[in-house]
Amino acid sequence: MENSVIISIEKLVKQFPMGQGVFTALNEIDLTVQKGEFSGLIGPSGSGKTTLLNIVGSLDAPTRGEATVLGQPISKLGPREAARLRKENLGFIFQSYNLLQVHTVYENVEFPLLLLNIQAAERRKMVMDALEWVGLTSKEKSKPPQLSGGECQRVAIARAMVKRPSLVLADEPTANLDAANSHHILQTMVKLNEELGTTFLFATHDEKVISYLRRKIYLLDGKIDKIEHVAVNDTVPS
Amino acid sequence: MRLAIQLAYRNLIGAGLRTWLNVIVLSFSFVVIIWLKGIMAGWDHQAKNDMTRWEIGGGQYWHQAYDPFDPMTLEDSHAPIPSALSSEIANDEAEPILMVQGTIYPKGRMQSVIIRGIRPGQTLLDVPTQSLDTLTEVIPAVIGSVMARTSRLEKGDYAVLRWRDVNGTFDAAEVLIADIFASNVPSAEAGQIYIPLEKLRSMTSLQGQATLVTFRDPEPEREAIPGWTLKTKAELTKQIDELIKTKTTAQSIFYFILLLLAMLAIFDTQVLSIFRRQKEIGTYIALGYTRQQVVGLFTVEGTMHAALAAVMATAYGLPFLLWQAKVGWTMPMDTSQFGMAIAQTLFPVYTVGLVVTTVLIITLTTAIVSYWPSRKIAKMNPTEALRGKLQ
Repeated sequence: MENSVIISIEKLVKQFPMGQGVFTALNEIDLTVQKGEFSGLIGPSGSGKTTLLNIVGSLDAPTRGEATVLGQPISKLGPREAARLRKENLGFIFQSYNLLQVHTVYENVEFPLLLLNIQAAERRKMVMDALEWVGLTSKEKSKPPQLSGGECQRVAIARAMVKRPSLVLADEPTANLDAANSHHILQTMVKLNEELGTTFLFATHDEKVISYLRRKIYLLDGKIDKIEHVAVNDTVPS
Repeated sequence: MRLAIQLAYRNLIGAGLRTWLNVIVLSFSFVVIIWLKGIMAGWDHQAKNDMTRWEIGGGQYWHQAYDPFDPMTLEDSHAPIPSALSSEIANDEAEPILMVQGTIYPKGRMQSVIIRGIRPGQTLLDVPTQSLDTLTEVIPAVIGSVMARTSRLEKGDYAVLRWRDVNGTFDAAEVLIADIFASNVPSAEAGQIYIPLEKLRSMTSLQGQATLVTFRDPEPEREAIPGWTLKTKAELTKQIDELIKTKTTAQSIFYFILLLLAMLAIFDTQVLSIFRRQKEIGTYIALGYTRQQVVGLFTVEGTMHAALAAVMATAYGLPFLLWQAKVGWTMPMDTSQFGMAIAQTLFPVYTVGLVVTTVLIITLTTAIVSYWPSRKIAKMNPTEALRGKLQ
């Protein structure tokens, strides 16, 4: 695996206005993530993991400091550049799936490719490949309300992966799933990480997810508390 | 833009009943506005056509003293026919009409009339003057259906007609109602009685004179004749234009209310969409849209209601509009009492301009109404939107 830096965070501070003062969600964060990592931000609610994920995903900007993602400094990106970064290089997986409810499974997965202006024939092949990765080729015409939670999250994974992004950001991806579905989802992501070399960064406090991570970044009150590295053979896809 | 249209279409179709309710309301606006405007255009067309056929031809020369709104001027509104018009009159390309004030006594009652002397053999106007070309001891006369109704005269009836000659001497004679016509032009019918021109001239000692000359050819370049005022067809139908304009202005209020209702539905839908679809808005941004592009998507989505409405309006409105153009719209009340040139049955006339203008106005209004609430998206925080948190 190539060992290049995909995320570089330096002295990152994020503050939100709260009443008369400010709430510091992230405080002097320094972190680097290498290409191909399967790592996660772990911590209780309010520890700042989602905020950090949003900044890395260029959905939010730091108050101070810098987060450089794929060589692009987030604080200096305008709305168009940030949108281009997300469109071309990032995949998102959300806790509540965030699928487009009136679109079919196929259309949901196809959406990022439409934004990239990929030709119809190639688009079709890429969508079907992505659905095959997550085992949902038979559900391409279904709509999200007709799917189970596990199936919805697998569609979300396919949507995040279909354009072969460099980095996938997953915010509590198993929070709404039962154990069996959670393991299924996580095994799928591990497989994609290994086969496609996609970097995964999670925000989670779910033990099932934590057990799959090969790098565990513990956050507490907006600061990095500790970082644990796990050998590949020690991850537990049970 | 193509992507926005593609996505907007999917979203609209996916929204189901909500979309179709809006589309139905909007398509109704399309059809009603086009139909009403078509009726107005049809009325305009029909009124001018009827006036041309029954009264004004291609235009008229009026004696300079003639004022159709002041019957008292008739006493002085006559002069020998200008020699410049002689050849046209001889060729039946122009028709002299002499007008004199008179009184008719139908069945013992009394009614003021304007006696119009017209050549029985004329072909310029549709008035059935050939019925005047008859040998009878009394004066043959033709009247309109409005006059017949008000005077309760029928074809074949006799009535006494009184008039004054050029010297102011009263005289009277019996007239026979030789024919009754219906024209939809009140000014050609109400209070008018048509008798042979030469007869009227001899009755009034106004040999070779006329009050006005109607010509067939509406060519705009006509020479000025001293003592006579040229009235072009456009001038003579100006009152129709003004009347239609007034009616159209009044109708515009109706269009406005109709559009307002349709736009209110679109506006509501947009506001509700932005309120309910915050998570979706956040997702679009996360997947690579800018907020402005999402504003554009929602605006296209709202505007597409108008496009779908146009398709729906074509589906049910086109047969209706064509059927109306064929059978016309018969007004439930008697239009002859209206005092204006209007037929009992109006045939709508639709022009390409009318349809295109209506579609453009509705689409543009829909676009504005769709954009208005969508601007809120530009101020949304995408991370809050992703969580579906109301902003």
